[in-house]
Amino acid sequence: MSVSLAAEPIAHIAALPITNSMVNAWIAVIFFVVVAAIARRRVGLVPKGIHNIFEAIVEFMLTESQKVTEDRERAKKFLPIVGTIFLFVLVSNLLGQMPGTGSIGVREVIHGEMALIPLLRPATSDLNMTLAIAAVAVLASHLFGLVKLGPIAHLSKFVNIRGIFKAIPKGPMAVIVAIIEFGVGLIEIVSEIAKVLSLSLRLFGNIFAGEVLITIVLGIFAYFLPLPFIFLELLVAVIQATVFAMLTLAYLTVATEAHGEEHEEGNHEAKMAHAH
Amino acid sequence: MSPEAMGLLIKGLTIAVGGIAPAFSIGFIGMKAMEGIGRNPEAAGKIFVPMLLGMAFAEAIAIYSLVVSFTL
Repeated sequence: MSVSLAAEPIAHIAALPITNSMVNAWIAVIFFVVVAAIARRRVGLVPKGIHNIFEAIVEFMLTESQKVTEDRERAKKFLPIVGTIFLFVLVSNLLGQMPGTGSIGVREVIHGEMALIPLLRPATSDLNMTLAIAAVAVLASHLFGLVKLGPIAHLSKFVNIRGIFKAIPKGPMAVIVAIIEFGVGLIEIVSEIAKVLSLSLRLFGNIFAGEVLITIVLGIFAYFLPLPFIFLELLVAVIQATVFAMLTLAYLTVATEAHGEEHEEGNHEAKMAHAH
Repeated sequence: MSPEAMGLLIKGLTIAVGGIAPAFSIGFIGMKAMEGIGRNPEAAGKIFVPMLLGMAFAEAIAIYSLVVSFTL
């Protein structure tokens, strides 16, 4: 009665193992392809019937992301990636609560013990999947930053040599501050890696822990007792999808914002000096 | 103490100790949110979502130790 930490392979195509979480991810992908096909059909300027639902979802996501970016242009730009991540993670999480996921499987002998290999396993309870999404999200934030701010301005957030050169005419104190900022920039590199780790581990841990929790509770008593836990897992599925998308959106927003607080401050001071 | 017993003990301790701080912080977040709602009941809808987000972040720490205790 244990859930293995890694997704178990259930079949092989040549040397490529097909794991049970991959199957679930494909189900989610097929679901979205079908939804997209339905949404594309007979599109008019005025939404009718089921189109209202899709339009409401997109509208909702756009207004929510606008609250974070505080700028409709950027919200529109980021919505394709953030919305995709949100919907995919949400559907993958919810698929884990479907009856049959984790319970229907094949009995096999692993390490000399009989164990159940489930045919379905939530895609987000596989660290490979969450790590891939998190890596894409953080890399996308860097790409957006590179395009928006230009390579020098973006890289100066991390290796701030430009700041030192700029500080030289301002005197020795400014140079010391710039050197400290250079060190802070280097720490930022570590924090970028930590972003990927914490994003992926948070989602993986929550969904995997939910899977284990449900398995254990089902083992204690199979009727009625798991219901509150299943409700909790439904909540977790929605909250974690929201958290993941919100954090991605926050990273994207921060990456496309200029790091030049000192400049603005300098301008401000200059203006104040003019005023006096 | 045998190595196996030690391993089991560490597994339990990882999640037990790792759960203390997140438990307190989730309680604290809930407390402050309830205080806020008590002061201004109309703001309940606005407070609820950030409260859940904050709880999810605090809970993540416990989840990390849970993952560690699973991998041990």
